Amino acid sequence: MTRAIRDGTNALLFKLEAGNALAQTEAELLDNPVAGQPTLILRSPDFHSITEAVAEPVERRTPIGWWVFFIPSFALLALLGVAVSWLFWEGIGIWGLNVPVGWAWDITNFVFWVGIGHAGTLISAILFLFRQKWRTSINRSAEAMTIFAVMCALTFPGIHVGRVWVAYWMFPIPNQMSMWPNFRSPLLWDVFAVSVYGTVSVLFWYVGLIPDLATMRDRAKTRPRKLAYGFFALGWRGSVRQWHHYESAYLVLAALATPLVLSVHSVVSMDFAVSVLPGWHTTVFPPYFVAGAIFSGFAMVVTLMVISRTAFHLEHIITLRHFDYMAKIMLVTGSMVGYAYATEFFTAWYSGNPYEMFTFLNRAMGPYAWAYWIMVSCNVISPQIFWFKKPRTSIPILFVMSIVINIGMWFERFVIIVTSLHRDFLPSAWGYFRPTVWDVSCLLGSFGLFFTMFCLFARFLPIVATAEVKTVLPQADPHYESGPEREIKDHQAARPARGAPEPAPEGAS
Amino acid sequence: MPFDSLRALRAMPLVNQLPKGPYYGILAEFATPADLYHACERVRDAGFTRWDAHTPFPVHGLEGAMGLRRSPLPWIILVMGLTGAAFGFGLQWWVHASAYPLVISGKPFFSWPAFIPITFELGVLFAAFGAVFGMLGLNRLPMHYHPLFRSKVFERVTDDAFFISIESWDPRFDSSATGKLLESLGARSVELLES
Repeated sequence: MTRAIRDGTNALLFKLEAGNALAQTEAELLDNPVAGQPTLILRSPDFHSITEAVAEPVERRTPIGWWVFFIPSFALLALLGVAVSWLFWEGIGIWGLNVPVGWAWDITNFVFWVGIGHAGTLISAILFLFRQKWRTSINRSAEAMTIFAVMCALTFPGIHVGRVWVAYWMFPIPNQMSMWPNFRSPLLWDVFAVSVYGTVSVLFWYVGLIPDLATMRDRAKTRPRKLAYGFFALGWRGSVRQWHHYESAYLVLAALATPLVLSVHSVVSMDFAVSVLPGWHTTVFPPYFVAGAIFSGFAMVVTLMVISRTAFHLEHIITLRHFDYMAKIMLVTGSMVGYAYATEFFTAWYSGNPYEMFTFLNRAMGPYAWAYWIMVSCNVISPQIFWFKKPRTSIPILFVMSIVINIGMWFERFVIIVTSLHRDFLPSAWGYFRPTVWDVSCLLGSFGLFFTMFCLFARFLPIVATAEVKTVLPQADPHYESGPEREIKDHQAARPARGAPEPAPEGAS
Repeated sequence: MPFDSLRALRAMPLVNQLPKGPYYGILAEFATPADLYHACERVRDAGFTRWDAHTPFPVHGLEGAMGLRRSPLPWIILVMGLTGAAFGFGLQWWVHASAYPLVISGKPFFSWPAFIPITFELGVLFAAFGAVFGMLGLNRLPMHYHPLFRSKVFERVTDDAFFISIESWDPRFDSSATGKLLESLGARSVELLES
């Protein structure tokens, strides 16, 4: 009888699948106090249909829609290539930065991209440790996002050094000059923090991918696919003895990535906080930067998830519940960022230091006030709409908000970096930074790099961690049949034959 | 001989049951994680040692049903992490206090608090390498060839099928009796695998 009710709900969902109707039903399902356990995956699929839903888009012919995303992204990547080549040829004088604004768009872009990456690790590691099972639907693409964001981030300090051919001096490599980097400098901590972060993110992502690569290998119809996926699947055979060590490794990697991700943006913030510049020299920076990073990263996850769930028809795996949770996290972190902005002003006033006070008044009312108020309205004011459930579960609002937030977060870094620098201690050393076309090209180009990589990822790899999503289905529990409401017979009958189309759930049985 | 049921094999005289040449073992498929879980408990209690279960995703509690011991991996990771941290700290001490002492902003040569971030980062890096390569080592991966891959049904192990494999060199292995045991535990199909 209970099963009849459950199936009735499923049948309803099934019929209302198209268009907004699904969204409506999903929204109603979000906070169902009767069901108790939240429904993470809709339409109660079996294991095979999860595999099918995720793997099939990777196996079918490249859809036109993919090219629609890929070609502009690749064009922007080519723009980055041109901008960087010209930069190497001519030197960083092609950018708008100059004394007193020695760091400008490049470092803004660096901090922006590192921050984007943080939500990926938060979803994959911190939410894993907190047993937040809803993460399984989005963690794979969030981790991929992290890796691509770190790639974009590393580009900027790399090309900012000017003489890129000696960029390896940043690493402690024994050399004929017996020269070593200065390990007491936060800039060197940054080199280590970001490169370790990139490496650990790749390892974490790859370990998570191994079982799914094996799925792709076993489904592959053509020999090149079988070889390619098979090579990277390392001969995975889903053995419990293997899962045993695998899960141990995954858990420890999550436990390692958690303090790592917090350390990375803290170290990035120390690039500023350890200097003695008013506007940078504050102890609030590490937690403030981490909160901002998670904030912008979640916004980017929302942007990407809206696109990919629509493009790959994964509405039943990446549900409105997931967006609802992410919106709540954006509300919290956005408010934390707003609180940090207020704290900075309070500290400047309370310090009684005229330079501190000047810097902050100048930030809000000086020549860059426009940037400051863009930042405040995008980051502090606009996320407040997420107090309400309707915007948290509306895909168009979420999509627009995710872009608004990332514009705001880009401006946050711009404001911190440029407004603190442009009016030096002596008015004779004041200036106004204006970006050149090459500054803009590098920023747009980095988006090209990011989206090109993401398009390639979405084309060739399963964008949802299928093995993990299967574990959150009720029937994945080995004690499933002993539940009070369920009977083993029901359960066996509910398991359709492989390859059969998803059956319309029978009503009363 | 894919998809061979022992039911058919048992009808034949004993000598004909075995494939020609050495064989790897028996592979039995189960319908659900629950079936597999109970079957694993029974196989474990029957005293088998050289056997394994195969699932598309980690089924929780199965390592208990199989009687596996805790993974030694955390110890490997701990040792690697401490090595990395010690290496990071030692490198910075050596560079700044021994190999190339330079006065920078009037700080002491051995200004250890400034060495903590990189010590931490290298500890994490080495520990992560320990986790990934330790896991691959304990799992004997990469191993691109395995007799189990000869089975056609086994292709579904990464999709929606659940298996128990018992290797022929298990001391308790007996192709006929072991097959019967697996069948009595509710196996959907039982297959003998050549090596």
